[in-house]
Amino acid sequence: MLNVEEIRRDFPILQRQTASGARVTYLDSTATSQKPLAVIEAMNDFYRRSNANIHRGVHTLAEESTALYENAREKIANFINAASARQVIYTRNTTESINLVAYTWARANLKAGDLVILTEMEHHSNLVPWHMLAVERGIELDFIPVTADGLLDLDAYRSLLARDPKLVAFAHMSNVLGTVNPAAEIIRLARDAGAVTLVDAAQSVPHLAVDVQALDADFYAFSAHKMCGPTGIGILYGKTELLESMPPFLGGGDMIREVKLRSFRPNSLPHKFEAGTPAIAEAVGFGAAVDYLAKIGMDAIAAHEHTITEYVLERLEEIPGVKVFGPSADKKGGVASFTLEGVHPHDVAQILDQDGIAVRAGHHCAQPLHEKFGIPATSRASFYLYNTKEEVDLLVNGIYKVKKLFG
Amino acid sequence: MDDLYREVIIEHYKNPSYRGKLDPHDISFADNNPLCGDHIQIDLRVDADGKVADARFDGHGCAISQASADLLMESIIGKPIEEVKQLNKDFILDLLGIDLGPVRLKCALLSLKVLKAGVYGLGEASDSLVE
Repeated sequence: MLNVEEIRRDFPILQRQTASGARVTYLDSTATSQKPLAVIEAMNDFYRRSNANIHRGVHTLAEESTALYENAREKIANFINAASARQVIYTRNTTESINLVAYTWARANLKAGDLVILTEMEHHSNLVPWHMLAVERGIELDFIPVTADGLLDLDAYRSLLARDPKLVAFAHMSNVLGTVNPAAEIIRLARDAGAVTLVDAAQSVPHLAVDVQALDADFYAFSAHKMCGPTGIGILYGKTELLESMPPFLGGGDMIREVKLRSFRPNSLPHKFEAGTPAIAEAVGFGAAVDYLAKIGMDAIAAHEHTITEYVLERLEEIPGVKVFGPSADKKGGVASFTLEGVHPHDVAQILDQDGIAVRAGHHCAQPLHEKFGIPATSRASFYLYNTKEEVDLLVNGIYKVKKLFG
Repeated sequence: MDDLYREVIIEHYKNPSYRGKLDPHDISFADNNPLCGDHIQIDLRVDADGKVADARFDGHGCAISQASADLLMESIIGKPIEEVKQLNKDFILDLLGIDLGPVRLKCALLSLKVLKAGVYGLGEASDSLVE
């Protein structure tokens, strides 16, 4: 069991009030998580004590900043059980990680007519890079359908696999429905069909214990800012032989072994994919974030979120006019996307804000999924290690207030 | 909230006077708010003097976007098109009588952007039309 009151004290922002004097009830961690003091201080310390550009410096500060940057990579590699830190490439975020694969591996390996399998529940970040490739290369896209209760239709997936796909790219956990997809099974079936796999893990790594070797994913992409770390830094994990075989992504400093006036040789992994001065302080903050999460324990965090998810679904279902999307609590993470009859999600979110309750309203960068369910938008409450059942009660009371105002 | 959801806004949202379509019409244009997918279509009839003879909006969205569209239709009927072309953000805020943050301002201004894109005959309802 988590000591949530103790955890809440680690997050300075949870102590603040909004303009109306209400305490912040932060139910928007699926968009971005809050940051514990340990992360904020690690980044401050870096700028106060160690700031210098990394690699190729011999002075004390450069040595220190390089060590901090690379130690953070080791910590992140351990956190997802990567076999080697060389397979852990720093990017800007999940979106850039997916684009890296689309621009390098996919452009080197896919040609017109090749099939890429996606799902109907993807975030725009795992749709648009493939749309762009479809326009440029003429690759074909097809989609694993989502069932009415918010699960992937695996029978339909098996039929798609018979069409010789080259890549299967899917979300480990949906940012709208909360559905935790059976990643290991999806990957195994893809491998049997000869396809490479890419997992959008933006929502899973923050909330579940992840072992990339056990999953056997070829590519695995996630962001620091959704897991107590800073914005501006993410990871692409990849299998060594794939990463070695891929052309570089962005060209510039640090990604080269040797440069001549008319040619270059790329650097070895992971630097081959890290051109230019990276987000050094953010890497240090990311390292502190995985230390923080590992110390608390991902299994304990997942168990706490499961308790909250069961409770929020139970409470929301008792409100007349509320419809929650997605599967039952045993198949999803701490996300509750809902509509309230007769009231637009923006208005729900705005009125909740008056009581300091932060939920998100809109299509959550998953427009096709909303179209599938025949709705333009939802309100989404999402939960993390610092949320409590009392906050669920505040949310429910707030929704009753909305109903009264629009009554 | 009490400010933002003034009775006039809730009233225009729940019982709009100018929701619908005009057939025939002289001008018709529709666009979305890319942030939230809110959608508004506006149909106008223009008389021989170049004045708005009738106006209707249709679509879906939050109380702010739909109430602002209804109020906007009400206010432009009888106005010369040349005057409609000059309307800006402040006009909408005066109609609503509230202050809005940057996100909700997009909701409030969607109808004016669609209206101006329509009267100027443009391809999309861009932000620059109302700034």
